[in-house]
Amino acid sequence: MQAEHIEIVDFLRQHQPFTGLSDEVLQQVAVQISIAYFKAGQQILEFGAEINDWYVIRSGAVEVFRRNGELYNRLSEGGFFAEFGLLRNKRVRFPVYALEDTLVYMIPEPLFTELFDNNEEFADQVEVEDRTRLRQAVARREDANELMTARIETLVSREPVLLPAAATARDAAIRMTEEGVSSLLVVTTSDDQPMAASRLVGIVTDRDIRDRLVTPGLPFDTPVTDIMTAELTKVEHNQFVFEAILLMLRYNVHHLPVIKQGLPLGVIALADVIRYESQNSLFVVRSIFNAQTVEELTALASDVRACFSRLVAEDANSRMIGGSMAVIGRSFKQRLLEMAEEKFGPPPVPYCFLALGSMAREEQLIVTDQDNALILDNRFDPQLHDEYFSNLATFVCDGLAACGYTYCKGKVMATNRQWRQPLKVWEQYFSEWIERPSPEFLLNSAIFFDLEGVWGETQWSDMLNDLIRRKARSNSRFLACMARAALMRTPPLGFFKGFVMETDGKHTNSINMKRRGTAPLADLIRVHALAVGSAAHNSFERLEDIIEAGILPPGNGPDLRDALELIAMVRIRHQALDLQSGTEPDNNIEPENLSDFERKNLKDAFQILSNAQKFLKFRYQPGRAV
Amino acid sequence: MFYLPRSQLQNESSLSGEDLSAVDWPARFRELAASARHPALQQYYQAGVPAGSTAIADVPMVAMDFETTGLDPQQGGIVSIGLVPMTLARISCAGAVHWIVRPRARLSSESIVVHGITHSDIAAAPDLSKVLDDLLAQLAGRVVVAHHRSIERRFLSNALQARIGESIEFPVIDTMALAYRVRREPGFWQRLRGRKPDSVRLADCRRRYHLPFYRPHHAQTDALACAELLQAQIAHHFSPQTVLSDLWC
Repeated sequence: MQAEHIEIVDFLRQHQPFTGLSDEVLQQVAVQISIAYFKAGQQILEFGAEINDWYVIRSGAVEVFRRNGELYNRLSEGGFFAEFGLLRNKRVRFPVYALEDTLVYMIPEPLFTELFDNNEEFADQVEVEDRTRLRQAVARREDANELMTARIETLVSREPVLLPAAATARDAAIRMTEEGVSSLLVVTTSDDQPMAASRLVGIVTDRDIRDRLVTPGLPFDTPVTDIMTAELTKVEHNQFVFEAILLMLRYNVHHLPVIKQGLPLGVIALADVIRYESQNSLFVVRSIFNAQTVEELTALASDVRACFSRLVAEDANSRMIGGSMAVIGRSFKQRLLEMAEEKFGPPPVPYCFLALGSMAREEQLIVTDQDNALILDNRFDPQLHDEYFSNLATFVCDGLAACGYTYCKGKVMATNRQWRQPLKVWEQYFSEWIERPSPEFLLNSAIFFDLEGVWGETQWSDMLNDLIRRKARSNSRFLACMARAALMRTPPLGFFKGFVMETDGKHTNSINMKRRGTAPLADLIRVHALAVGSAAHNSFERLEDIIEAGILPPGNGPDLRDALELIAMVRIRHQALDLQSGTEPDNNIEPENLSDFERKNLKDAFQILSNAQKFLKFRYQPGRAV
Repeated sequence: MFYLPRSQLQNESSLSGEDLSAVDWPARFRELAASARHPALQQYYQAGVPAGSTAIADVPMVAMDFETTGLDPQQGGIVSIGLVPMTLARISCAGAVHWIVRPRARLSSESIVVHGITHSDIAAAPDLSKVLDDLLAQLAGRVVVAHHRSIERRFLSNALQARIGESIEFPVIDTMALAYRVRREPGFWQRLRGRKPDSVRLADCRRRYHLPFYRPHHAQTDALACAELLQAQIAHHFSPQTVLSDLWC
């Protein structure tokens, strides 16, 4: 008579990776299982021993070690092990000991291989190469949202309508009417080449005709070059739609020329992308610029949070969310600075207001400090001018604090005189930091190397960035110091029952996903980015440059990208959950609030980070050529 | 398996009325092989049993559990049989068997409540004599593991007596007897404070070794539960080198 393995089938049915298997298959699995009991402390698998089974923990807990004796993982009921060795050479790669009295199910190799080959979901869960599982986890999420995968060129519905630079404003208006478009690309032409191959010099929109021609009362024969926008914000045809949205938000433009191989492919308008966005961040940005008082700005804090929650609900990826929050943060600063200039009058000398850290990297979330600074004109005279800038900085920083951007605990704010200095002082600062690096300083000051001008003479921040780029890449002592600072915060090993498990085997109750995850990743990526002279600020963009430069071992770049995306998204999702449940969001996560899926993938992501830190330590040593 | 009231459990040796601890089982099997008349029974004895000096790690075993119509082996009958082959290192579900058989005794509604096997279940089931050859073949060459040996021993013996006119003898490693041997007796002061000795019921024994809870009263699940318990008991109190004669009776 057919045996009924009631307890076994019931157990399997409730545990990953078996949950997706039919009862029929589960019954077949149960019939082939062997069972063994191990007393706490007993060795279950010995390194190098032959194995023919895959192990699933029915009850109890085990510890998996690396060959060098380092703790690799701790697993409890429903956990599984031995797949590494089983699928390679049928030798144990990671020795395993019972941590508690443990009952294990052993599934014979032929059956394991059959399940692995025939059940995609099962294979995904058990995937022997950790990184593949992570990649799939990230990819599956992104597939859910068209915004994350759609390329800009899919929005280009027609050839660009071009206008020679010699044309007049009236020519432009006529051409727009004829073609039924709201924008034209202005190109310089010569006789010996077709217009489509000509150089793009600007864009003119119907709004330009209204605002720059009709309103000031200029004649219709004004050259189109006088009313066009010459400083073009362009996109490449193969960028993602969400990147176009971020650019439009950031530069407050409604039309973007799309370029393919250096030539204009078409134009996308705000209306083209609006269906991809529920007007979330656009709405908030617009409200910020319409606010007339600091109180009105403060009232928008709840809109910012609502926007964040909606982006999460719409399955936006971390880049989109981090970018949108950064655009919103930047808009707050810009509006506050406008208000400050109204209040205190025009600045006595030009200045540039800087965003540092996560805002400059476009990785801002809702729980965030304000990190900012001021670059002043070299003619700055403290006796005459500092009171103005001190007042301005206080106004902006207090305003930001009122809007939910808490004061920086390390006092990296424009209100601090040390960080309110003329350009030449800033140049000295950076030269000093790079040429005579002090580990103590760099430990807390990595954010200075993520800097972006948000208001005023923003070209000064570009100059500082150029200086950093020139000096940092060849300075091995500086890079070694930055690397050492980047290694101060390490990821945990993983999770065990309701706890976070540290590499020394100790348990803690919760994990700060910023301090233990996204921040050390951003730190690590920054060091590599400085070493390869990347001009990018965003960690994902920096990674692209790093991969391009070929300094990482094969496969490590994409692994880091997936790890960053996963950790960031877990952090983001939990902040969104906090908002939903009415609790104040923070960066701490209790393991009991993580799904099995998140736990498994986080463990993989932490491992990738940990390995990448080891590589960083090895690569950047003082005196070692880079 | 049927759970006896605590009073009867405490009184286990008098209930079984056996003293088999001194039996030389390989020799006894040779005698029985010569005297048995039923061919399947003859073959069973001919397969023999490991010598008492064999290390437990090397002994092929089979965990066995019955559900019955009642507690009294003279009156009651077997309703279901669960077998799970095992060694000390591995319990093998691949060889597990579960039979529902039609008892000749009346199925009491009291026992239906316990094991959930109903009149209609057994109406369609074969008589034990139909599965006897298979059952004995499964047991051949293996040492039976059971929790409370007298149930399995006496019900099977009586059932065979009624069907083939011969009874059966076999050695058993009794996890309940082992539980008695290893249990911590409360000291004088603890007894004064009312502390009772550890329970030797299957589920309670399993809990002490951190084995998972299984729903009781299904012959195959109970056999499995018993098999796991033996592995745990050996791991905690004995060793793979402990000889069979220390464990069976």
